[in-house]
Amino acid sequence: MSELRPPTRLKSVALRKAKSAAFTGLLWLTGAIAMVPLVLIIGYVLIKGTPVMSGAFFTQTAPPPGMPGGGMAQAFMGTGLIVGIGTLFSVPLGVLTAVYLSEYGRGRLATVVRFVAEILLSTPSIVAGAFIWAVVVTTMHSFSAIAGSIALTVLMWPIITRATEETLRLVPNDLREAALALGVPRWKMVLRIVIPTAGSGILTAVMLAVARGFGETAPILLTSLGNDFINTNPLQPTDAVPLRIYNYAQSAFTQWQSLAWGGAVSLLAAVLVLSIGARILSDRQQRRLG
Amino acid sequence: MSDGLDIVGLSAWYGTDRVLADVQMEIRPGQVTAIIGPSGCGKSTLLRCLNRMHEELPNARATGSVMFGDWDLYAPDSDPTDVRLHIGMVFQRPNPFPTMTVFENVVAGLKLRGHYDRVNLKERAEQAMRQAGVWDELKDRLNKPGGRLSGGQQQRLCIARALAVEPQVLLMDEPASALDPISTQLVEDTIVQLKNEVTIVIVTHNMQQAARISDRTAFMLRESAERPAALIEIDDTRQMFTKPIDKRTEAYITGRFG
Amino acid sequence: MSEVSQSPRTEHDAETPVRRRLRIGDSVLSGTTVLISVGLVALLAALLWVLEQGAAPAFMKYGLNFFTSRQWDPVNDRFGALPYIYGTVVTSTLAILSALPISVGLALLLNEVRSRLLRNPLTVLVDLLAAIPSVVYGLWGLFVLAPFLNRYLAPALGATLGKLPILSALFVPTPAVGNMLNAGIILAIMIIPIITAVTREVIATVPHDLREAAMALGATRYEAIRMAVLPHARSGIVGATMLGLGRALGETIAVSMLIGNGLGISASLLAPGYTIPAIIANEFREATSTGMQHSALLALALVLVAIALFLAAASRLLVRRSERMGS
Repeated sequence: MSELRPPTRLKSVALRKAKSAAFTGLLWLTGAIAMVPLVLIIGYVLIKGTPVMSGAFFTQTAPPPGMPGGGMAQAFMGTGLIVGIGTLFSVPLGVLTAVYLSEYGRGRLATVVRFVAEILLSTPSIVAGAFIWAVVVTTMHSFSAIAGSIALTVLMWPIITRATEETLRLVPNDLREAALALGVPRWKMVLRIVIPTAGSGILTAVMLAVARGFGETAPILLTSLGNDFINTNPLQPTDAVPLRIYNYAQSAFTQWQSLAWGGAVSLLAAVLVLSIGARILSDRQQRRLG
Repeated sequence: MSDGLDIVGLSAWYGTDRVLADVQMEIRPGQVTAIIGPSGCGKSTLLRCLNRMHEELPNARATGSVMFGDWDLYAPDSDPTDVRLHIGMVFQRPNPFPTMTVFENVVAGLKLRGHYDRVNLKERAEQAMRQAGVWDELKDRLNKPGGRLSGGQQQRLCIARALAVEPQVLLMDEPASALDPISTQLVEDTIVQLKNEVTIVIVTHNMQQAARISDRTAFMLRESAERPAALIEIDDTRQMFTKPIDKRTEAYITGRFG
Repeated sequence: MSEVSQSPRTEHDAETPVRRRLRIGDSVLSGTTVLISVGLVALLAALLWVLEQGAAPAFMKYGLNFFTSRQWDPVNDRFGALPYIYGTVVTSTLAILSALPISVGLALLLNEVRSRLLRNPLTVLVDLLAAIPSVVYGLWGLFVLAPFLNRYLAPALGATLGKLPILSALFVPTPAVGNMLNAGIILAIMIIPIITAVTREVIATVPHDLREAAMALGATRYEAIRMAVLPHARSGIVGATMLGLGRALGETIAVSMLIGNGLGISASLLAPGYTIPAIIANEFREATSTGMQHSALLALALVLVAIALFLAAASRLLVRRSERMGS
C-alpha cells in the first residue's frame, strides 16, 4: 500500500477503553438511581403502614376528625364495587375489540381502531373523570359508584384491548387453519380454539387493567366523590381506597395520616401482586406458545 | 508484509454446546486462506474466533490460543478491542451504517483511531474505495446515505470500510453469498489484488470460489450434532481440489454430500 | 392470515339449516366485534365532543385571554389559566430533563447486560415502578421525599447552581413546603419506567449486524453504542420522550400533593405552583353550576387531552418509524 500520513493526533486506546468503562459504570448508576425510589417507596409504605393493619382497619369506617381508631372498611367496599363493575364493563368490551383486531380486522377500520386504542392509553385519567362527570354525573344529578366504574372503563378498555390483541396474536396460525380445515365455522374457531388457547394471556390483560383501576384516584374523585360510610348502592356516592389515602394524607390529623399509610400498604400489595402475577402468567404463556 | 495467524487448540462453545474442538491451523501471512465445509460445520464460528467476535454472541465463549506474531489473542490480558484494531472483518450480510453517508462509513474506523485532517481522510477513503473496487461507482455519491446503495455496492463499501484502517488480517465471512454474479466478480478481484499486502481468511460455501481465489484451503466438518466440528484437512488449494488426503474431503469436493 | 380469512364461500351448496346457523354465528360474532370496535372510536370522539361542548362557553367568553390572563377568580367569574399552564410546563420540563438521561441509560443497560440473572429482575423492577399508583407516589412524596428535598437538595442547588448569573433566579429560596422542584422530581420518577420501556423496545430493534460492524472496526462498547445504536434509535427515543411528556402533563394526584397549589407565577423552582390537572381535581367538585367555573375547568381538560393525545399519536408514529428502520 502507498504510504499515507498518520493521524494528526492518535487517540489513546487506553483512554478510549477507560471512557467506555466509565460509560458502562454510568449505565449501572442509572440502574441504581431508578431502583432507589422503588426500594424506598415499598420500604416506607411497609414500615409506616403495616402497624396500622388490624381487624378494625378493615371492619370500621372513617373515624371522626382527631379521634383515634377507625378504619377504611367503606373504602375497601367502595373500591371493590367501583372496580368490580368497571371490570364487568371493560372486559367484554376490551376482549371483543381485541378479537376484532386480531381475527376480523383488516383495512382502514382496523388501522383506525388500533391507533385509537393505542392513543387512548395516554388519556390523562383526570380527563376521563371530567368527561364522565359531564356525561353521567350531570344527567343522573348525583355522584355515584357507577359513574366511577364508567370512568374506569374509559381507561381500562384500551388497556385490555391492547394487551389481549398481543396475546391473541401469539396463538399460532396453524391452530386456526387446522380448525377451519375441519369445517369448523370461523366464530366457533375463535370462541373454542383461539380464546381458550390465549386464555391466561387474556387473564394477564385483565389483571393489569384491574391493577390500574385499583390505583386510580383522579377519575373517582370527579365521579364517585367519596363517602364516610359503607355504601353498596351503585347509584350513590361511594368511597375508594386511593381517594381516602389522598384525602387523609393532606389532612392535619396524625390518625388520619396513619390510616393513609395503612391504605397505601393494602393498595400497593394488591397492585404489586396483580402486576407480578400478570408478569409470571405472561412469561409462562409466552414460553408455552413459543 | 503482515503477520499470519497460528491457531492452537482452539475450542468454541454456545452455552454448554461445544461447537468447535481443538482446532490447529496455520494461516500463512500474505496468503488467501479459504475455509470450506457444509453448513453448520463451524467455519463461521472459527472465523469469528480469530478477531474475538464469537464471544459477542449471547452465551458464546472460546478457549485455546491464536498467535498473531508473538501476541496470543486469547491471553488473559489481551483485549478484544485491540485485536479488532489489527484484524478486520467483512460480514455475510452487508452492514453499512444506515445513518452515515458513504464517506462517513468508509472513514468510521479511522475516526475511532484518531483525529485526521480532512485531506488525509479523503485520500485514505479514496484508496480504500479503489481497493474495494467501488470508487468509480460511488465517488459522486460520497455524501449519500450508506443504506441506499445496491446490495453489491453496500458490501464493497463494507470492504472499503474494513480496508481503510489498513488491517494486517482481513476476515471475510461468505462475503459474496448475498451478491449478484457481477458484484461477486468484483469482490473476488479485490481479494486477489490484496494478496501479499493483507492476510485474508475467507469462509465460503462456494468451492469454485475457493479454488479461484485462495492459496490454501481448509476443510471443516461436523460429523454429528453430538460432536463438535473439527478441521479435517488443510493444504494448498490445488492439492486439496485435485488430490485430497482425507476421504471425507474428497467426498465433499466431489459433491457426494453437503 | 389472509388465506384463512378468505375461506371459500359455499354459495352453491344447498342451504341446510345447519349451514345457515353456522353462517349466522359468523355474522353475529364479527358484527358484534365490529360494533364494539367502532364504539371505541366513538368513545374518543364523544370524549372530545363533550369536552368541547362544555368548554365552548368559556372559550367564547374569554377568548385568548383564557390562556394569557393570570386571574382565576371564581367569585367574580373571571378565569385566566396562565398560572396552571405555567406550572404544568415547568414541572413537565423539569421531569423530562431529569428522567430522559436516566431512562435512556437504563434502557441501554437493560439491553447491554448479558446475564439473564441480572437482566430479568431489573426489567421486572422497572415495570413495578410503573405499577405503583400515583396516590402512593404522592403520599411518599409528601411525607418522605419533599422534606428530604427541602432540607438537602434545595439548599445544595441554591449554593451551587444558584450562584450562577442566570440560573440563580430558578433557586430563590421560599419558605413553602410544596414547590415545583419537588413536583418535577416525583414526576420524573413516575415517567422513568414509561420512557425506559419504549426506548428499550426501540433499541432492541437495532440490528445486531450494525453493532457487530462497529465492534469489528475496533469500537469499544461505548463507541459501538454511539456509532450504531443511538443514531438508529434517535427518533424512537424522541417518541418515547413525547409519551413520557404526555404522561407528565396529565399526572394529577401526586403533583397536586407536592406542588403546593399556589397561584403565583414565580421563576423560582422552589416556589409553589399549580398545574392544569391539579386545579381540575381540586375545584371540580366544589364548582358552582351557575357561573363559568365548570366550563373553564372543562376547557382546561380539553386542552390537556388534546395535547396528550397529540403527543401519543406523534410518539407512536416516531417509534414505528424507528422500528421499521431496524427491519
